Amino acid sequence: MDAVDLEKVDEIIERYRGREGVLIQLLLDLQSEFHWIPREVIDHLSERLRVPTSQIYRIASFYKAINLNPVGRHMIQVCMGTACQVRGAQKVLDFTASRLNIKPEETTPDLSFSLRKVNCLGCCSMGPVLTVDDEYHGGVTLEKVEKILKKRS
Amino acid sequence: MMPKLASFRDLEEMREKLRSRRDPSESEMPLITVCAGTGCLALGARKVIDAFREELDERGLATKITLKETGCPGFCEKGPIVVIYPEGIHYVKVNPTDVPEILEETVLNNRLIDRLLYSDPATGARAVHEEEIPFYKHQTRILINNNIKIDPKNIADYIVQGGYSALALALSRMTPQEVIDEVKRSDLRGRGGGGFPTGLKWEAAKRALGTPKYVIVNCDEGDPGAFMDRALMEGNPHSVLEGLVIGAYAVGSEKGFIYVRAEYPLAVQNAKIAIEQARECGLLGEDILGSGFDFDVELHRGAGAFVSGESTALMNALEGKVGEPKPKYVHTSERGLWNRPSLLNNVETWANIPLIINRGAHWFSSIGTERSKGTKIFSLVGKVNNTGLVEVPMGMTLREIIYDIGGGIPGGKKVKGVQTGGPSGGIIPEEHLDTPVDFDRLTSLGSMMGSGSIIVLDEDTCAVDLARYFVDFLCDESCGKCVPCREGLRQMRDILSEIVAGRGEAEDLKTLKEVAGVMKSASLCALGRTAANPVLSTIRHFEEEYVAHIQDQRCPALVCEQLISYFIRPDICIACGLCRENCPQGAISEEESAEETGKVVMAIDQSKCSRCGICFHVCPSKVKAVVRISGKSSAPPVPSASISSGDKEKDSKTR
Repeated sequence: MDAVDLEKVDEIIERYRGREGVLIQLLLDLQSEFHWIPREVIDHLSERLRVPTSQIYRIASFYKAINLNPVGRHMIQVCMGTACQVRGAQKVLDFTASRLNIKPEETTPDLSFSLRKVNCLGCCSMGPVLTVDDEYHGGVTLEKVEKILKKRS
Repeated sequence: MMPKLASFRDLEEMREKLRSRRDPSESEMPLITVCAGTGCLALGARKVIDAFREELDERGLATKITLKETGCPGFCEKGPIVVIYPEGIHYVKVNPTDVPEILEETVLNNRLIDRLLYSDPATGARAVHEEEIPFYKHQTRILINNNIKIDPKNIADYIVQGGYSALALALSRMTPQEVIDEVKRSDLRGRGGGGFPTGLKWEAAKRALGTPKYVIVNCDEGDPGAFMDRALMEGNPHSVLEGLVIGAYAVGSEKGFIYVRAEYPLAVQNAKIAIEQARECGLLGEDILGSGFDFDVELHRGAGAFVSGESTALMNALEGKVGEPKPKYVHTSERGLWNRPSLLNNVETWANIPLIINRGAHWFSSIGTERSKGTKIFSLVGKVNNTGLVEVPMGMTLREIIYDIGGGIPGGKKVKGVQTGGPSGGIIPEEHLDTPVDFDRLTSLGSMMGSGSIIVLDEDTCAVDLARYFVDFLCDESCGKCVPCREGLRQMRDILSEIVAGRGEAEDLKTLKEVAGVMKSASLCALGRTAANPVLSTIRHFEEEYVAHIQDQRCPALVCEQLISYFIRPDICIACGLCRENCPQGAISEEESAEETGKVVMAIDQSKCSRCGICFHVCPSKVKAVVRISGKSSAPPVPSASISSGDKEKDSKTR
């Protein structure tokens, strides 16, 4: 892995200078920069903020949106909200997982895809829903999954 | 860029100016609005918007015709939605390829395009305007009616529609106590789920000692199946913000927070823009509208934790800590965020405030039932024809909502029940559909209002599997801090997993009820106290399904994977091979039909079949040769007589 650009980390920390209760916001900002939170970043944060590493880990591991492991180039999220569930979300998830040959919450060995379950994206009208990066797909069928994956592999 | 409004008069003058600048255009300059809510975007609205923009540029019409990206009007089923003003022509399911025709025919030549109009599935009648469409016709839209008229990224649009007049009224003519009295008189109850009287909460926060005080918008809408808060925050963020500023004035707070969950990126974006624009206009900050009242707001993004929607957990998250609940020995209105008095309300509750101040408590309480006033936005989803957001007066019956507004169940199937209140709610069976929906009636049926999701279930939904789904969901989301919730959920999940696998035991139902009882009385927060509701309500209303799973190893809805077998009917199969191609197990092969010599059919090797159901879904809808059967009698090889107890019987009713 490339070395983490700690200057960038400092720059993001500066945004929150002098404010209280910013750790979660800080982690979210760092993640949009690095896509995940590497160990070096946590160590650096710990030094700069004078917060124990364990405390940062506790918070980072509690929240689902924060990735502590590298993620693939494409993040696929399958909505498992109730409305999607009753319209067959489980099938969509199983099928996607079997096509990528990974389990939910895993990343393909070539780092091209990560697959994740998400509890409701709020597009309940067009379930089943999945997102690829920032793109939303509604009324997903198994054929659609096939097409979506093919387009990006 | 809007100028800073330094007084009440500035606001009114600005409104007049904006209106007069727009008014003549109402008759001359056409306006095209395209819904840019997350739902329509998922269906391709971005491409439609881009196509309009390109086409307008190409024809040199960009200065003569206004194009507006608006919030979500709720009819997500038919998106992307395009409405053309001044006539208000309502087009549904618009494709980018329809755009040149819409411009040429409808916008420039005032001719309708029939195929883009909503057509009633029953009568085939076309509806031109929103108010003719049954989905809208039966609603009372006072909260989401403006979504389709407003560009949420432009504060001027909200001001034109009368925005911030309630704030001006409160600041100029009412004392904080009078604001609270008005809210109390309106009988507004919290829309986040609990239904606690809003006015009382405000009063407690006002009386509480200590400064500073905080006001908080809870937009951590985690209830799976509910998305009204998303639609309001994305589509009309200023209505929420205006409510918040009024609340801050009433309880004496100078600092507010808007907490938006991570899964709603567009809501985060629009809330951020709204805060910035309001600040620019002097509607936030120091000396708001020259009244001497100071107040500002900070946006806080969630990071993906269902339990953080609980009020004390949300306050922990705002402090940058782990979003776990705390015991409420002292109310958060006295000691909340950073141990200071804090007033937290849900998005929809805040959005009601400007309406109550503007039109009065009396008007508000004239809508609804005796103990539940006003309207409620429901998300009508699942197995229903018209899915979307539905705003109705409290007290409308579930049947009216599902049939008159929702247009009934697809495929002519029967309603099995509805799930309300999300994972904390329960299932209400078909025979109770005539119940008027309000806070107290739903609770008396063993469910709850929750944030307002109505998930319609048809006969293809298995009650046991659904209960297991919710327990699974909550296992995932329980923070694990208190034992009854953490361990209770795990035990329930184990028991339910055994039942859906056909390994249930006779005393399981008793054990489930026992565990539920402990969780209800001993859990720390509402998540744990209500977590057993989906299990209890399904046992209460669908006990026979549990019994079928436990005693006969049969899933009556043909859902539970381990209790069903897939079988290809040789008399129907056309041997197209689609199932064989898609079978991940390689369990399907070509065989000669035993019933008809020389006929080649597909057959499933039951020993290899993993019951993934892909063959069932890929079999062409005209053929439908793959059937599911369930029960002890279906052990392989499948005797053809047993088919009649499975899909065949069900199919004859539905096809």
